[in-house]
Parts: sequence; C-alpha cells; structure tokens
Amino acid sequence: MWALPVVLHQCLWIMAGKVKWVTDIEKSVLINNFEKRGWVQVTENEDWNFYWFVSQSNKEAYVISLYINNPLLIGGRKFDLRLYVLVSTYRPLRCYMYKLGFCRFCTVKYTPSTSELDNMFVHLTNVAIQKHGDDYNHIHGGKWTVSNLRLYLESTRGKEVTSKLFDEIHWIIVQSLKAVAPVMNNDKHCFECYGYDIIIDDKLKPWLIEVNASPSLTSSTANDRILKYNLINDTLNIAVPNGEIPDCKWNKSPPKEVLGNYEILYDEELAQGDGADRELRSRQGQSQGPRAGRSRDSGRAVLTTWK
Amino acid sequence: MLQEESDLSLIIAQIVQKLKGSNLYSQLERQAWASLQRPEIKLESLKEDIKEFFKISGWEKKLQNAVYSELSVFPLPSHPAAPPEHLKEPLVYMRKAQGSWEKRILKSLNSMCTELSIPLARKRPVGEQKELLNKWNEMGTDEPDLSLFRPVYAPKDFLEVLINLRNPNYENGDSLSFRTHLGLIQVPLKVKDIPELKECFVELGLNTGQLGIDDSTQVPPELFENEHVRIGQKVLAEQDSAAAQQYIRQGSPTALRAELWALILNISSEPEDVLYYEQLKTNVIQHDLLVDSLIYKDVKLTASNDDYYFVFEDYLYQVLLCFSRDTSVLSHFAYNSASPPKSYIRGKLGLEEYAVFYPPNGVIPFHGFSMYVAPLCFLYHEPSKLYQIFREMYVRFFFRLHSISSHPSGIVSLCLLFETLLQTYLPQLFYHLREIGAQPLRISFKWMVRAFSGYLATDQLLLLWDRILGYNSLEILAVLAAAVFAFRAVNLMEVTSLAAAEAVLADLSTLKVMPLLQIFLFATVT
Repeated sequence: MWALPVVLHQCLWIMAGKVKWVTDIEKSVLINNFEKRGWVQVTENEDWNFYWFVSQSNKEAYVISLYINNPLLIGGRKFDLRLYVLVSTYRPLRCYMYKLGFCRFCTVKYTPSTSELDNMFVHLTNVAIQKHGDDYNHIHGGKWTVSNLRLYLESTRGKEVTSKLFDEIHWIIVQSLKAVAPVMNNDKHCFECYGYDIIIDDKLKPWLIEVNASPSLTSSTANDRILKYNLINDTLNIAVPNGEIPDCKWNKSPPKEVLGNYEILYDEELAQGDGADRELRSRQGQSQGPRAGRSRDSGRAVLTTWK
Repeated sequence: MLQEESDLSLIIAQIVQKLKGSNLYSQLERQAWASLQRPEIKLESLKEDIKEFFKISGWEKKLQNAVYSELSVFPLPSHPAAPPEHLKEPLVYMRKAQGSWEKRILKSLNSMCTELSIPLARKRPVGEQKELLNKWNEMGTDEPDLSLFRPVYAPKDFLEVLINLRNPNYENGDSLSFRTHLGLIQVPLKVKDIPELKECFVELGLNTGQLGIDDSTQVPPELFENEHVRIGQKVLAEQDSAAAQQYIRQGSPTALRAELWALILNISSEPEDVLYYEQLKTNVIQHDLLVDSLIYKDVKLTASNDDYYFVFEDYLYQVLLCFSRDTSVLSHFAYNSASPPKSYIRGKLGLEEYAVFYPPNGVIPFHGFSMYVAPLCFLYHEPSKLYQIFREMYVRFFFRLHSISSHPSGIVSLCLLFETLLQTYLPQLFYHLREIGAQPLRISFKWMVRAFSGYLATDQLLLLWDRILGYNSLEILAVLAAAVFAFRAVNLMEVTSLAAAEAVLADLSTLKVMPLLQIFLFATVT
C-alpha cells in the first residue's frame, strides 16, 4: 500500500509518477475528482487520516491521506518521528518498541504559504531529500533524539500532555499492528522490524504517516551509526537469543536481559493471561541504557481499550 | 553588634535606593493609591491597613522576592570608606590583571576591525533594515561571509592569563612541602575542602532525596518523586523566591523548571519587558555592529553543530544580538571586576565626551559564548522571556566565568578549587597526569568556563544548573569537574599523554551528574 500525501485546501496528488496540484478544494470535491478518474472510495477513516480508493480499471488500491498542514513546529521547523518497532509474532501479538527513536527536522523554516508549497525542504522531512539542502549539516544530520523531544515538550507544555502524546503514539502502533495481524503470515521462523513515521500536529495529536517494512539502516551521522548498530544488535538478540537458532517449539518469549534498548510494547498473551492489562512499559526518560520495565497503574482509559 | 547593625542599615538603605527606581516601586505606589477605595482601609490605621492589604493581595510577596533578589546579587558589605573599585574586586593585583587582559582583547578587536576595514558600528541602509526584519525569524539561513572573522579569544587563551597570575605580596619560599600547590593556578585564594563542601551542599547528601537520582525507574515514585512534585507546585502557587531557591536544591521536575527558574531569578513578563525587548530588536535592525559578526560566527561554530541545540539556532541570534545592545547590562559592572571597553568616535580619541561603551552592553563575546543561551531554549520558547532569563543568568552567574576576580564563584577560585580537590583527594591521579604533561586543569577548564554547556546531555545539564540557582554559587562546577576525573580515574591512570587523557574525557554525554556529585562528596573515603 502506498500512502499519498494530499493537502486539503491546496492539493497535491501523486499518481503513477504524475504530480497534480489543485488549490482551494473541498474534501468532497476532491473525492469526487478521484471518483471521476475511475477510483472508487472503499472506506475512510478520519481519525486515522486515511481514505482508501480502488481503481476500477486495474483494481489497484490507493490509500490517500490528508496533508497535515498544522504540524508542531520546534525552532520554527517541521519534523517527524521515526520509531522502530519489532514484531516477533502476530498471533499472539508480541511487539517491542525501540526506545531510541529520532526526530527528523527540515532545514528550512516551515511556512504554509502557497508560494513555498513545492519547496521540498520546507515540507518533506525525509533525510534522503533534506540531505541535498543548502543548510544540511553533516554533524547532527538534522536529527534529534526522542528523549530530547520529550524533555522539550515536558519543559514547555507540561508532563500530562506529553505523557498523553506518547501514550497515544503507543496506542497508534499497537492498533495498527492488531489491524494487520489477521492477514499477516505468522511463520514462527519470522520476525519483522518496522520503521514507523509519525507526525505531531500543533494540538499535540500524533498522526500515523506510514509504516515502512524495510526501514533504512544506512547512517547519516556518527550518532546515527551507533543507533542503527545497536538497533540491529538488539533486534537479533530478541529474535535469536544467545546467538543460537531456537527450538521450533520456543514460544518466542525472550528473557528480559536481552531486550537491550527495546521495551515490550504489547504482549497479547500476557494481556489476556490474567484478564487485566499487564502490559509493561518503562518510562521514556532521557538517560540511555537498558531499563527494567515498570508496571503502571491502569488509571488510563486508553489501556483498557487495548484488548 | 553596633557594626552589624550599621552594616545592616547600610544594606537596607542601598536596597531601598535600588528598588525605588524599579518598576515594582511604581506598581506598589499605584496599588496603594487604588487601595484607598477599599472599605477595609481606614484613615486612622492607614499604614497598617495598607500593609495588611499588600500581604493579602500578594504584593508583599513580590516585594519580598525583589529584596531577596537584590540580596542574592549584592556583594557582601564592605568598609564604608572603600572606593567603588573594591566592590568590583578588592585585590589590586587581580584588578590590574583584569585591566591588562581587557586591553589585549580590545586591541585584538580593534586590529581585526582595521584589517577587515569594517567599522565597529554602522547604521543600516533602509533596504537592509527591511530585509533583516523579514528575516528576523530565520537569521540562521543565508549567512554573510564570515571566513575572515575569528573569535576574539577562546577559553584556552584566557587560561594562559590565569596561569600567569601572581600575587606580588606573597612569598612562598623555595622549598617544596606537602602544602605546595602542584597545579597551574598559583594564587593564594581560600577554597573549600570536602568537609566544608559537605556542609555547604548538605541537601545533596545521601539521606536526602534528589531529582537525578531518586526519580530513576528503579525507584517507585511514591518514595520521593510524587511528594517532591507536589511541594514544587505548592512553592509555585505561593510565588515565594526564597522557598523556590531552597526547593530547587533537590532538583526541579521538568514540567515546573521554567516557572521555578523565573521565580528564583525574579523574572515576570510584564508588558514593559516585552516592549523593552522589542526596542532592542529595533536597535538591532537599525544598526549593525562588528560584534554581530562575532556572534554569528560563534553560533555557527558551536550551537549549529550541536546535537541538542541546532534546532534553536535562530533563537540564539535573536537573544544575543539584542543582548549586545542592552545598556541595562552595564549596571552589573558595579560588582564585576571587568569594565566595559570604551571606544571613541572617529577622530576624537581620548576625549571623554566622545567615548562610548562598545559594544553597548560592554560584553565582548568569546568562542563558546552562545552556549550559555542554548540550554535555556529548552525551557522558554517566547523570545522576550528567553531573553530576560538569559540576561539575568548572565549578570548573576555567567559573567564570573570569564573575568579575573577573587570571588569564590569566580573562575580563578573555581580552577583553584578543582585543582586542590584533585590534589588532596586523588593525589596519585593528579601526580600521574602532571608527570605525563597532562595538567588536569587544561582539560577541565573549558567545561567550567561554559558551565558544562555542550558537554553534558541537556537533561543532566539542567539538573546541574538547578543546583547553581539553588545554592547561588558556581562552586558546584569545580566539584563536578573533580568528580568526573574521579569517575574516570582508572582509565586516566593508564594514559601516557595529554592527547590520550583528552580522549578519555572527550565524551561526557553519558554521565549522570547527581550520582557523581553525591559519590564524590558524600561516599568517598577521605
């Protein structure tokens, strides 16, 4: 599935390599336009910002998502989050979140003005694109750690809204995995590491942009190389603990010590096991290094809807 | 007894004098006049009733905070007959050294000016003014050609000056004894030893809860953290500066830090403050100063390349360019051993009527100066508030890190404290490093001059600066520097060159500041 960025009031759509811009268009008119081109709307989900179309002629499916034109800006610049999630089994769902994700900043200040609409350096946060900007810096690569983001948000917006934001991000990830769990190939010899791209809007609401099945493991800076090295190391430690190919009857539940910088995001077996939500998540602090998970009081409404 | 009383009345008189000129005074006056309308204010007991009104409405608290602020900044009372230079710096040889250092800096600045044929200041043409105004929020892009500019000085140049400081009245004798100081700093200033530091930093002790230690995941929040946060919220509700300063000695919760620092520094964002900042901004737009290029260069060399602070590059220009034009900063030179450099209008050299302070705030930035501002960007995103906080931090603390004085928080004392702690409590390490030509101060100097900004991870740095505010002293920087050496002592004992020692201490970003300080002060066998 590809996700196509679509701007509501100033529109852009990419279709088979063609880029088309339409300005000041209503959502209904836009959807109408798509339908005129032989795409049928299958479903939409406003909470998730997705609109699913199927092409009548060749039965290809397209997912269109609305462009978030009010992103949260830090230092006046747009950024998105890259988070790594490891799934060792889908049924039952067992997934781990890597604690050391990062934010990718644009090199140019964000402006929603139409004159800069096609300036990639303002709108697109991919490192592959930003690398070619005039102001790209090879030392930090425009990347911030997620713990920096957390420190900044807690200091300027407060702890409650920041914790809520990160809880929502976790929720998004788990829900998206649960959604695809029934159709995923659940081979016990397989594991998969995903790169989640998430953007935060100025109301501190996170939106899922896309999930990358083969996230880039090349590095753009020294810190990046260390992060990706550790990522691969920790991933393999969980998939293949102790460096030995495990017995086929193994239930894929690795010992806590090998988690490294991963923390358990959701463990379906545990969650259903004693009827209460026993999901362990350690607090996202700034210090690096492995941390034992800490059980939370289920005081949050979000947790109880996870089953 | 009599002496104390007269000292006290002198201080009170000075503070009253200072506050009379402040905004708070006019506000209090207005409030007092307005309160006459209130029914509870009676003519017979006018004074008491107004005082009561002030207490209830929180104005007394504001006054208390202002007085506390003055007390924190005010130097200790000196002899009434002492000349004003004594307030700046009581020791003559220190004053002389500072004077000659300033001459050198100014000479360097002037020669750069002549070489590049750039005036120290010029009025911008209208077109350029408009352009700058448009670009105000993104000055980081489209930078001018700065290749010919060099920083006026770097910390290591300043270190050389400090190394050569000598007290001409002090005769050490030729024989070496266990008292001989083996470090680089050779001036006889009194510094604290560990028992005295333990007394001073008693809240950092093993039996007291700390943020930075007792809020880690292994410790249940009910034990310390929750209660500490609750107390913090109470302190903020009371708006009491002194209580906040006491509270923050145990660290500040991230969500409360911005407000706590503002309370301790007695910064409230009144409309007048925002206007003042806007006025400074106008000054920046209208005139271009040579120091602006120095600031640009510094930001580009340091903060722009920093993993934590690159995001805030544009804020740094907005703060520092305005800072150089802020003449209210000149008042801190009353208690700073440094003096603002004077420049003369072209052709009128030596004529006092044509002398101006250059830059207008009297502070010439050096390499790394912008790193004083960078960590504050994590706390304040509104430019005028960020500006106020930085200015107050500078005139209370940071200026001491690059002027020669005998003050216990001055850089000279900090260096001496660092070296003494190392020599006394880690003699083997100190001696070894000295033997291989790696005097420890050569490595730790840059950490202390920058108050560790850019060397520690930001969350750790903020915990450290919490304590600077809490104890109203920079001595903790020297203690931390010694604690870092103690922590890496095993590796350092194995190195055989200065370069190798630098390599061992190159990366401090994984260090946890509070455990290091606690172990060094309270858990090491002395």
